[in-house]
Amino acid sequence: MRKRLLNWDFWTLVTVLAAAVFGLFLIYPLFSLFASSFQDPATGSFTMKNFIRFVERKYYYQSLINSMWVTTCVTLLSIIIGTALAYFMTAFKVKAKGSVEILVIISMLSPPFIGAYSWVLLGGRSGVLTRFLSDLFQTEWPSIYGFSGILLVLTLKLYPFIYLYVAGALKKIDASLIEAAESLGCSGLKKVATVIMPLIMPTVFAGGLMVFMNALADFGTPMLIGEGFNVMPVMIYSEFINEVGGQANFAAAMAAMMVMITSAIFLLQKYAVNKKSFTMSSLRPLQAKQLTGWKNIVMHAGIYLLVLVSVIPQLTVTYTSFLKTSGQIFVPGFSLNSYITVFDNLALAITNTYAYSFIAILAIVLLGMLVAYITTRRRNWLTNIIDTLTMFPYIIPGSVLGITLLLAFNDEPLILSGTATIIIVSLVIRRLPYTLRSSSAILYQISPSVEEASISLGASPLKTFFKITAVMMIPGVLSGAILSWITCINELSSSVILYTGGTRTMAVAIYTEVIRASYGTAAALSTILTLTTVLALLLFFKVSGSKDISL
Amino acid sequence: MSVAIHIEHVVKRYDQTTIIPDLSADIQNGEFFTLLGPSGCGKTTLLRMIAGFNSIEGGQIKFDALVINDIPTHKRNIGMVFQNYAIFPHLTVRENVEYGLKLRRLDKAAMRQKVDDILRVVKIEEYQDRLPERLSGGQQQRVALARAIVIHPSVLLMDEPLSNLDAKLRVEMRGAIREVQNQVGITTVYVTHDQEEALAISDRIAVMQAGVIHQIGKPHAIYTRPYNGFVSTFIGHSNLFRGRIKIAGSEKYVVFQDGYQVEMDNLGPVADGQEVVVAVRPEEFSVQETGLSCRIHSRVFLGKYVNYTLTFAPDMLVPNQPAIEFSQDLGHAEKIFELGDSVTLRPNKAKINVFTADQSANLIKDVKQYA
Repeated sequence: MRKRLLNWDFWTLVTVLAAAVFGLFLIYPLFSLFASSFQDPATGSFTMKNFIRFVERKYYYQSLINSMWVTTCVTLLSIIIGTALAYFMTAFKVKAKGSVEILVIISMLSPPFIGAYSWVLLGGRSGVLTRFLSDLFQTEWPSIYGFSGILLVLTLKLYPFIYLYVAGALKKIDASLIEAAESLGCSGLKKVATVIMPLIMPTVFAGGLMVFMNALADFGTPMLIGEGFNVMPVMIYSEFINEVGGQANFAAAMAAMMVMITSAIFLLQKYAVNKKSFTMSSLRPLQAKQLTGWKNIVMHAGIYLLVLVSVIPQLTVTYTSFLKTSGQIFVPGFSLNSYITVFDNLALAITNTYAYSFIAILAIVLLGMLVAYITTRRRNWLTNIIDTLTMFPYIIPGSVLGITLLLAFNDEPLILSGTATIIIVSLVIRRLPYTLRSSSAILYQISPSVEEASISLGASPLKTFFKITAVMMIPGVLSGAILSWITCINELSSSVILYTGGTRTMAVAIYTEVIRASYGTAAALSTILTLTTVLALLLFFKVSGSKDISL
Repeated sequence: MSVAIHIEHVVKRYDQTTIIPDLSADIQNGEFFTLLGPSGCGKTTLLRMIAGFNSIEGGQIKFDALVINDIPTHKRNIGMVFQNYAIFPHLTVRENVEYGLKLRRLDKAAMRQKVDDILRVVKIEEYQDRLPERLSGGQQQRVALARAIVIHPSVLLMDEPLSNLDAKLRVEMRGAIREVQNQVGITTVYVTHDQEEALAISDRIAVMQAGVIHQIGKPHAIYTRPYNGFVSTFIGHSNLFRGRIKIAGSEKYVVFQDGYQVEMDNLGPVADGQEVVVAVRPEEFSVQETGLSCRIHSRVFLGKYVNYTLTFAPDMLVPNQPAIEFSQDLGHAEKIFELGDSVTLRPNKAKINVFTADQSANLIKDVKQYA
């Protein structure tokens, strides 16, 4: 009797703890954000002034229009490119398919602003490509800055999401479905349009939402390459960082609007997908066919060109990092100058990155497993609420989360601003939902009777969790955690708001170095970051034993 | 070590739905006791209440004199075998079997001895270092059994352990289970919906439906003297005829609707003219000069015997029966009938059962509901 109460207490403790974590670091900050957005900067009283100001001035509301416009274009373009790539890679034999896949994944996982920055190096005002083309054609080459730059960089960064989603869905289509269509007299393009497309549509929508949210929330890319083309995250950031008093309330109002917009889109998508959701599993996946002649050549050329363009940022950055520098200026020849400077001046950023991300990932794995357990196996009203809360970070852009945390913990009783804790908290909150989802998915695969077997043999429920359930979950959770870790080390949008001199991370350091036009050190840091990403990715493949990535 | 289980006025409720309204049963020490019933009858629910995975909303369950209602599962010292085996996939066969012993902090030598013994008993010694996913269904079932028995539980609980196996293996495994249970002499509660399995394996069977036990008894008694209409039709097949009691002097008869009458010398207290239901099993008919007239409707040849379905005048029968059957033993049959043939069948008066008109009780002398 006693012991039973104690065990019941353990999971209750986890439930309460989880509720506290989400309450303190998610709900309370969001509440602070909304409260702040309705606050008059001068008097502190309730006001709609902040919102009115946004709607009244074209300078502000134009950024929302810009954001939506560029995000929509990025999403559509990503869907087209990603779906096409997935279709060709699955339906036809592609040489070096494995390498193509890995390069696509690398370009997806490396920090987006590295893309922006290296496209500036290439196609910016004094970019290599710009100068080369200008010399060649003796004309002014169109600018990479602004709308087209953001579109280019974000599409290249985000189409891999669609690719992975859709390729996964295509793998689940059983060949018999296609054969059934053919037996009914349907073939060629019609088959694609009437069978394959409808089957992958829910997946395309899900991936599209992911791309949309990422593109809308992205801060680094428009900051570096957007120039006059103002978008919401940049606007929020600059208004918030602006030292002129009272802007925080206005930034909060913009952030609040963004949260409302993303929530609306999220709910809309969920509604649309839920209405026509189905599951597929295939015993006999589609067989890749061999294309011949010019079709084969065109397909390969297209795929290789796409991949080349996708990894150009990484190549450029790596190349740049070995260029000889004098101060911030590149001089002819190669050297390790940039690396030496990095290790002399920015070593702290490197150690910070690894330290924060490791602590964060430990917290994520532990919390993720425990919370997944209570939300799948100990269902009650409180765990249901927690389950819903864990969806929130999906829809809160990084920079907005950064602001909410700052607003909430800038003052008594809990002052966290400027500490490492607040950065780690932001990492945990942002990435926890992903580990949670995958942990829940794994838990659903584990029959409850396995746990009951352990309990019937005399192990207490608590012991059973750690000896049986957790051990069975770990392989799946770990491989997911590696991917989460990669996104942690590359995280910029919330860290850039939360960092102070002593707590900056590599991603933040790259950003500040680029802003200072210190391209050599930025490149060296980026190379270190990319290398870490690639190594972690290789580890992931080793641990998970497959090349399937789901985010 | 082994205990008797006393289930006293137990109630199971989920929110407002009552699954088990009021159930009592006594399971003797060392007995092989089977809960048999159609799916959804509450048999697994009851088993999981004994295990402690389901709460008990009323009444009590005792192991000998100890009330276990509030003892958590892991303190009840039970062994459980699950429908899907629930083998720990990350542990080898041996580690699976050792799991419960390790929790009991046995010393190494004693543990090795016990595990070796049980692996031999269930005949899986040669697979002991394999991971379970490389075992067949039958082998996994043996591991599950060994793992549950090796801890010397007070009771062994088995939840449809054979339902995932193919027919041949099921027969083989049920022999193995019975043999192991005999060897260790442990009180066993076994849940199944398969009546043949229940009849073959059990010391006693409880036939359940809608959270109620209709009858408890030895397999033979349950089959030959079902307590009510549900048991008679759920266990094996029974043809139900409408009938009436006739008492003439000291002689008692059951009269069928067509006037054919059978003298019964084993009836309990009945009244003259009482409406009854007569249950006749397919093998309790014999082809005779006099008896009940009917036509052959269909025929299935099954080797040892031929199974016919019959057409009677509708008012002879209790309505809504799936089929009226007659099994003809080929060892003694003089002639095989063709479809449409008229036949006269005589029910064996020593074997047939007579129920009250509502089929709720058996009117044959000394048929007990709970034995």
